[in-house]
Amino acid sequence: MKDVVIIGVGPAGISAAIYLKRAGVNPVVIGKDYGALSDYPEKIENYYGFGNPILGEDLIQEGINQAKRLDIEIIQDSVISLDQKNDAFTIKTFSHKLTTKAVILATGKKRMTMSIPGFNKFKGKGISLCATCDGYFFRRKKIAIIGCGPYMAHELEFLSQINQNITVFTNGETLLEDVSFPVVNTKISKFIGEDKLTSIETIDGNIYEIQGAFVAIGAPSSIDFATKLGVIVEKNSLVVDQNYQTNIEGLFAIGDVIGGKLQIAKAVYDGMMVTDHVKKYIKSL
Amino acid sequence: MVKHLKTEEFKKEVLESDVPVLVDFWAKWCSPCLRVAPILEELSKEVEGKAKICKLEVDEEYEIADEYEIMSIPTIAVFVNGEIKEQVLGVQSKQALLRLLGI
Repeated sequence: MKDVVIIGVGPAGISAAIYLKRAGVNPVVIGKDYGALSDYPEKIENYYGFGNPILGEDLIQEGINQAKRLDIEIIQDSVISLDQKNDAFTIKTFSHKLTTKAVILATGKKRMTMSIPGFNKFKGKGISLCATCDGYFFRRKKIAIIGCGPYMAHELEFLSQINQNITVFTNGETLLEDVSFPVVNTKISKFIGEDKLTSIETIDGNIYEIQGAFVAIGAPSSIDFATKLGVIVEKNSLVVDQNYQTNIEGLFAIGDVIGGKLQIAKAVYDGMMVTDHVKKYIKSL
Repeated sequence: MVKHLKTEEFKKEVLESDVPVLVDFWAKWCSPCLRVAPILEELSKEVEGKAKICKLEVDEEYEIADEYEIMSIPTIAVFVNGEIKEQVLGVQSKQALLRLLGI
């Protein structure tokens, strides 16, 4: 069992790893996505110590190199699930499975969502972001799972235990997994219903009768993990106490995902500050 | 105290209550639902006499869950004068629940 696993390879996650390592704890960092910084179109000019502006992507790569040089274990892979059992956390990635005493969520705030008409209207009324929470209500209904990769396959595995009436919607993406259910490759144009979801329309005009749609696009975000574990989320940020701990013992969160200023300097600060609290927590076990 | 509601007492305890009633729709297998429990315990002490805090297990009391078309849990609803006044999805902080109750 690991002492602490950090999910996220951005400024918050890597800073936490560096400070933990220097404090004598051996962290493992997992992450693939470079988050908000990789999409930032301009070079970064407001972060200390760069005479010449630097691209967000380059800054993150340098951070990873710095951590590797300090012998910090980095697994560059997407996390597809985070579960807790008997005070230990289990993390599954595409090709690894780890257990750990403590977890620091530092994945940033990007969340795959859908800008398709009806999506927000039917959230909680047929559209679900959590198969294990809501699958039960649709055990005798026609259901859809939306996604194309390992995260979708993970959620599908759970849903197929309670219902066989499943259609996979890739929403126009290429299916990356083998599935034994019907697949619709066309983009979704609309979620239809009155008070609750009754069908899904695709851009070719086909209408599929669906009462429950489970969304598992791309890789899950910190908010997705948090929702499934029962972390308090307010205004799309994870709520933490003064020790950066969520309402779940041993589960910490830092960086953009806890809100405040969405800045590199603040993410680095969080990463430094969380270290003492995590170390104290591990020692108390 | 947090009261565990049965279908047959829902009308009397919730719909005919003189004070606002918070109902947490939950199930044993739903891991985020288990995180709501300690928050409700704390809340119930704080609002004693001003509001009722209840839980309804959707597996057992499915008739009520169906009637209110619960499709995602945890769902937390506040009933005032027999009708749902507020309804939210997911685990909430105690402060958020106090706001929901209007206290």
